[in-house]
Amino acid sequence: MGPLFTATDEWSFVIALVIGIAFGFILESAGFSSSRKLAGVFYGYDFVVLQVFFTAAITAAIGLLFFEYFGWLDLSAIWINKFYIGSAILGGGIMGVGFIIGGFCPGTSACALAVGKIDAMLFLGGFIGGVILFDAFFPFYKGFYKANNMGGALIYEDLGMEKQTFLLLFVLVALASFIATAYIQKRVSKKSEKY
Amino acid sequence: MEEVKLQKPPKKYMNPYLAGVLLGIVILLSFYFTREGLGASGAFKRGVAKVEQIIIPSHLDSEDSAFHHYVTGGKDPLKNRLVYMIVGVFIGGFLSGAINRRLKLKLEHSPKITSRKRAIAALIGGALFGIGSAFGRGCTSGAGLDGMAVLATSGFVVVAMIFGVGYAAAWFFRKLWI
Repeated sequence: MGPLFTATDEWSFVIALVIGIAFGFILESAGFSSSRKLAGVFYGYDFVVLQVFFTAAITAAIGLLFFEYFGWLDLSAIWINKFYIGSAILGGGIMGVGFIIGGFCPGTSACALAVGKIDAMLFLGGFIGGVILFDAFFPFYKGFYKANNMGGALIYEDLGMEKQTFLLLFVLVALASFIATAYIQKRVSKKSEKY
Repeated sequence: MEEVKLQKPPKKYMNPYLAGVLLGIVILLSFYFTREGLGASGAFKRGVAKVEQIIIPSHLDSEDSAFHHYVTGGKDPLKNRLVYMIVGVFIGGFLSGAINRRLKLKLEHSPKITSRKRAIAALIGGALFGIGSAFGRGCTSGAGLDGMAVLATSGFVVVAMIFGVGYAAAWFFRKLWI
């Protein structure tokens, strides 16, 4: 039963490299190496970010459910990111502003740099600068960063739902967003030029 | 007479839903094999920690560093799966770019702004993302995508904030894009 290796096992490094290649290949193939394509999600002219992102999330979530059901994967053994309420909310908000100004996120900028985008190189340079700043002033907000730790909180438990019920709702919301965005994109792209 | 083209145009992008299903399978396999999902920001944080370890080791050894836990017990910050993963992302992105004829050195920007403006925006946006993903304990992939896949509250909150604030701020920065 999975997970087959621990994250510190040297085999995990080899597998991570292969997974990374697939990750980068798919991102680039879907058009995530273009900041103008990525930013489209915020202006309605291209929803590829939302389509790829939510399709991937529901595919993986349903897959994990079945892997557990078949006894292939012990879900209690996999890594769940801890939820620090204030820090997660602030961090997500800052990333939102960074996304709309910079046009990339770290993963997409890495794959854009790989195909020669200079703006991606600058984004990554800025990213590294931001990380250095965060660490330099860490004592000032260390308390906030570590406050309100909810551990590996799960959304369906927090909402008081069965896992399957939540997953079904998640899939339905994703499907509804695909239909709605296809409609919006059709209307908006009529008047916007090609990029 | 037929026009002779030296370079063929780039190929079309993959269908987004097909890309999404493939990416979902990759996330699933990542959890199955290595217990953890995808990640991009972690490798860069570890890169910064490695440089700090060389030039200001006393900072990293103290609790004043956010990356203290990368080196506790004499660990090497770069000996981590996320570092290998980002190397893979570069290789995979390059391969797809090569196959689809999209390898080209350029600074992409809206025709309505200058290269210089786009360059400054990319730097500032990157810096904000660096700070944000540190607070968020991961970026769009490590905190957002992985988090939603395992139905973690943190993942849904981070994604809702990234897109919610992104949409709220979109109007103010529209001149950068449209």
